[in-house]
Amino acid sequence: MVDIPDKNLLAPGHRGCAGCGASIAVKLALNALGENTVAISATGCLEVMTTPYPETAWEIPFIHVAFENSGAVASGVESALRIQGKENVNVIAFGGDGGTVDIGLQSLSGAMERGHNMTYICYDNEAYMNTGIQRSGATPFGATTTTSPMGSASFGEDKPKKNMPMIMAAHGIPYVATASIAYPEDYVNKVKKAAETKGPAYIHLQQPCTTGWGYPSDKTIEMGRLAVETGSWILYEIVDGKFEITYRPDERKPVKEYLAPQKRFRHLDDELIEKIQKYVDAECEELGL
Amino acid sequence: MIREVMTANKAVAEAARLAKPQVIPVYPITPQTTISEYLAQYVADEKIDAKYVKVESEHSAISAAVGASATGVRVFTATSSQGLMLMHEILFAAAGMRTPFVLADANRAISAPLNIWNDQQDSIAQRDAGWLQIYVENAQEALDTTLMAYKISENPKVLLPSMVCLDGFILTHTVEPVEIPDQEPVDEFLPPYKAEHAFLDPKNPMSIGNLADPDYYLEARHDMQVAMENSIEVIQQTCDEFAEIFGRKYGLVEPYKTEDAEIIFVAMGSLCSTIRVIVDQLREQGEKVGLLKIRAYRPFPVEAIDEAVKNCDKLAVIDKNVTFGIGGALYTDIKAKIHKEAYGFIAGLGGRDITPDSILEVYEKTKNVPEKEVTWIGLKEE
Repeated sequence: MVDIPDKNLLAPGHRGCAGCGASIAVKLALNALGENTVAISATGCLEVMTTPYPETAWEIPFIHVAFENSGAVASGVESALRIQGKENVNVIAFGGDGGTVDIGLQSLSGAMERGHNMTYICYDNEAYMNTGIQRSGATPFGATTTTSPMGSASFGEDKPKKNMPMIMAAHGIPYVATASIAYPEDYVNKVKKAAETKGPAYIHLQQPCTTGWGYPSDKTIEMGRLAVETGSWILYEIVDGKFEITYRPDERKPVKEYLAPQKRFRHLDDELIEKIQKYVDAECEELGL
Repeated sequence: MIREVMTANKAVAEAARLAKPQVIPVYPITPQTTISEYLAQYVADEKIDAKYVKVESEHSAISAAVGASATGVRVFTATSSQGLMLMHEILFAAAGMRTPFVLADANRAISAPLNIWNDQQDSIAQRDAGWLQIYVENAQEALDTTLMAYKISENPKVLLPSMVCLDGFILTHTVEPVEIPDQEPVDEFLPPYKAEHAFLDPKNPMSIGNLADPDYYLEARHDMQVAMENSIEVIQQTCDEFAEIFGRKYGLVEPYKTEDAEIIFVAMGSLCSTIRVIVDQLREQGEKVGLLKIRAYRPFPVEAIDEAVKNCDKLAVIDKNVTFGIGGALYTDIKAKIHKEAYGFIAGLGGRDITPDSILEVYEKTKNVPEKEVTWIGLKEE
């Protein structure tokens, strides 16, 4: 058992949906990091639901500037803290999948390349959820969103998900990991490792979204589990270039079990489900799961 | 104090060194480039104890500047033209978040067509961002204004970022003698920055950059307007303090032979040097003419302008920018706020020389009442 401190640094009463995965993501990360932390957030669900002036859910220092620049803002915060001799303050940036893999990619790439001593967590709910479920580069094949809708000539998103953690790994940074809010011990361990890493660390966190994925709000953790148990989301870390799977399901379940409960995949026929199964099989084989 | 021959870019870099910023996120672009090079070298040589953040774009330069400034340290950055345009969104955030840092802009034209030469369209396009904008005429003024800009921006009554605007190439790449003040009087004039309104510190957690709904947004923007109004007095005070220590006098505006002038040129930046020569020349011919150099463009110093032009008949406003469909930005502001007969002239876009003859043409046209309210000077015949 990993020791997860119970001091809650993301206060309750924020405006997240019932069953919101993003708030679980942040709460757990802050549990792992503790009070000596400064948080940076991209524009998105997280910022909007936690900081409606004059309220804030953050019990630690928090800054938001814009959608596409949390990597650069964190660079400035980190540089300023270090020059003031505040070497031990954790710098943690949060961005959604849109703010990370799409519009924020350049800013994040620069921050990682420069070697700032910081951790970046992408809380990936696989579409632009804050603005009402538009597709992002992290939307998986087959998912219907409001900008990749199913229709007579469309089955939804027609491209597979951008492989962001491997893009980060290609930067040669000392720590890259994937995680899921449904596996809190694994996730918290990774946040701790990331914070202890000297230099940049990146965690790509899958975070089911009740509103955007279309499942009952009490099933958020179950969805996260099914993603991992079917091999649709693989938990691994890359420490100083060394790749390791951190969780292996006893027996990989058919991907259909993960897709079926979600409204965004409900239109898929057997042929498309088979295609997704093949994608998943290929990815699992490549990573050795 | 030493006296050295240098470009305005070097003068700005020297001012930045003397101001002791702790974080310098900067991205090179012509004609700002040598500022970023000087500062990199100063950090490499330990002449400045700062983190030089080698960002991958101007967007990240300004974003890192906001993040760093929000932790309560002094921050410097510089850019030009397309770089300033790329910063546009975050310029507004920097002002709205009340991060009081200083940016030097090497004024350059905006694409398209692509052009690296001087005009002032880049900074004029940012005039509504909530930044103070001060235009300088020479290298010495660039150095002095950069130092003053920190003191003005960091004043608790202001807390808005400042843009020091210097004409690309005409100033950035032209050498002239500059007095570099000693560190001691600069430290006296500009003590270390201490953030008191909002800063990121785990010992005193606060949230910065929150969402503000319609119940709060209007007040936040109004606070910025009040700060901008306050800055008029703060700029004047700061100029007076600067003059006391360093002996060089500046203000919101700089009138030249305006008291009895019938026609007054109104302009910003290095162009004022050319105009001053023409004013003297015309005066020798018995013409009653003067120059009003606008240093502070935002805040727009209406009272100071009114005072300087109160006795004249006509204003000839020369803009190195254009607000398409209406005229030059300075001209339209003058028309909106100053109740005088005024004519606008667009000149020097994309680095076209504004020669003594151009100024004489402006004078003649104004004296005889131009055909149009806004006249483009130096257009080639078809």
